Amino acid sequence: MIGADIQILLPEIVLAVYAMLALLGAVYTTKDGAASLLTWMTSGLFVLLALAIGVNGAGTNIAFNGMFVDDGFARFAKVTILLSAAVVLLMSEGYMQRRGLLRFEYPVLIALAVVGMMVMVSAGDLMALYMGLELQSLALYVVASLRRDSVKSTEAGLKYFVLGALSSGLLLYGASLTYGFAGTTLFTGIIAAADGGASLGLLFGLVFLIAGFAFKVSAAPFHMWTPDVYEGSPTPVTAFFATAPKVAAIALFARVVHDAFGGIVGEWQQIVAFLAVASMFLGAIAAIGQTNIKRLMAYSSISHMGFAMMGLAAGTVGGVQAMLVYVVIYVTMNIGTFALILTMEKDGLPVTNITALKSYAKRQPLLALVMLVMMFSLAGVPPMLGFFGKYAVLLAAYQGGLAWLAVAGVIASVISAFYYLRIVYYMYFGEDSQALDGRTPPVLWVTAVVTGAIIGLAWIPGINLFGLDPMAAAAAATLVN
Amino acid sequence: MSVFAFTFYLFAITTVTGGLFTVISRNPVHSVLWLILAFLSSAGLFVTLGAEFVAMLLIIVYVGAVAVLFLFVVMMLDVDFAELKAEMTKYLPLALLIGVVILMQLAMAFGVWGFSAGVEGRIAAPAGDIDNTRALGLLLYDDYILLFQLSGLILLVAMIGAIVLTLRHRVDIKRQNVLNQMYRDPAKAMELRDVKPGQGL
Repeated sequence: MIGADIQILLPEIVLAVYAMLALLGAVYTTKDGAASLLTWMTSGLFVLLALAIGVNGAGTNIAFNGMFVDDGFARFAKVTILLSAAVVLLMSEGYMQRRGLLRFEYPVLIALAVVGMMVMVSAGDLMALYMGLELQSLALYVVASLRRDSVKSTEAGLKYFVLGALSSGLLLYGASLTYGFAGTTLFTGIIAAADGGASLGLLFGLVFLIAGFAFKVSAAPFHMWTPDVYEGSPTPVTAFFATAPKVAAIALFARVVHDAFGGIVGEWQQIVAFLAVASMFLGAIAAIGQTNIKRLMAYSSISHMGFAMMGLAAGTVGGVQAMLVYVVIYVTMNIGTFALILTMEKDGLPVTNITALKSYAKRQPLLALVMLVMMFSLAGVPPMLGFFGKYAVLLAAYQGGLAWLAVAGVIASVISAFYYLRIVYYMYFGEDSQALDGRTPPVLWVTAVVTGAIIGLAWIPGINLFGLDPMAAAAAATLVN
Repeated sequence: MSVFAFTFYLFAITTVTGGLFTVISRNPVHSVLWLILAFLSSAGLFVTLGAEFVAMLLIIVYVGAVAVLFLFVVMMLDVDFAELKAEMTKYLPLALLIGVVILMQLAMAFGVWGFSAGVEGRIAAPAGDIDNTRALGLLLYDDYILLFQLSGLILLVAMIGAIVLTLRHRVDIKRQNVLNQMYRDPAKAMELRDVKPGQGL
């Protein structure tokens, strides 16, 4: 019995044990001297686990009396999380090394955060959900303030911690109200209990739960922490925040509303639709005044999460499929963009002001082209991949009977195009003020060019987004039934 | 009034009074002491519910460890509570308004509270004559073993985080090196000199 359960949980166990061994090994040997090696090893293990999950996983397996669910949806999210975490970890190694921030705890904490995310997307119970969420969040609070001598970084960590604790409180309160109604914390039990319609108490629980998730995906009006945390954290950590945790949080969101509250779609649909509209517009409008590229990417991520939630708001299989497609494309775009942001240096110090990109195209034609592809894709200009993501969620919202939401999404997308295109304008037509250092570490160069090629060329009919659509469809079908 | 009802009201009133004075005491040390009273009387409430294990846990963990820690922190840290309170009174009207609104909404929710069908069967205590501690142990280490292990991981992360963020290796201080001390040769460490009166070294 327990043997079968452990079999299902094997990837998480392997990663957790690896993290502990790595910690012990580094403490008893050269400490921070082993950090570089550990970063590469952790990244390699992420890729191996992603392959193992992607190739071996089959069917729907339930472990620990339904607390842990390993289905197609969970595997899709886990592979995305592991691969994006692996790439971001590789990208961060050089930057952290040069700033003297590469401590051996960094890859260990990232590995433990990823364990938390894997538990989150596989949770079949409110308690397992909370445990995964806390494991992830706690590790992220620490890495946010990794540059502990900088006021901004510590402020970022503290803000993230206080607001994260508040959101956990909201989430727990919602969970306890839900338990009070249903008498069980298992999703299968909750969906059965809510079969005869939702009482007011359950609705309160649902609203509190959704407020907690909205904090974690940084959806407006629960987004306040995002710009400050993104700005204050070391840039590689920001890149990490903008990728894997977002996938985990939105996947968890989808799992709870479909697995536990799938019988009362009408009750949560309007809340999610409201969050989507608010996030899309807030992200689009507030980013216009930003000159710091990290803050700009924070507002951009708020806006993009709004689009992902638009797919979720549709409340259909197609909606979840569109959400998954959107999130994967969003993560790819963010990895590419952050690879370029990480190369922005002047006299060996990182620069985050977007005016520093002026006349970038003259000095770095290839990288400027990659940045152009990324910005066009983030703005949703065809034929870049970002357009297909936006198209999928808009179509899903329309087919789910939310035509007004789709219209609002198009308007928000047009507004947000302004600040993406401004960066392109600076790169190609800006008058040179002060030149950036031309140095580009090979890892960042390869990441940027590869993601740029994927984003710019994957629409070609023969490639067809690498079969992303059918994979997402299969994953979504296991979640919604 | 039965003995049970009397005990319940006694503990309940003490808990609420303790909580109230925790908030309104001027002296932070008094606040912590009132907090301990609130913990103790809630432990009494747990006993009346038949949850004696949780009651003992509350006394050992919260009163014994957490509250005493609070007491130390309050006494050690030089926090100007009067200033903090002055800051707080600025936002008091807004906070009160929001609090009252949320309270009324929650009261509405509880007024029409409905349970799902068959909830009694799901939340019933396990059958058989089994004491609290044993039942909790069975639940925690059998059914909830995954959650138990995950909370262990969370504590590990908390520990790593505390060390990462606060440990500093200072180079400008003298450290004890036990081996150096042990390998020290008394013959080299000490020298006997015969000092003549009035001459010095």
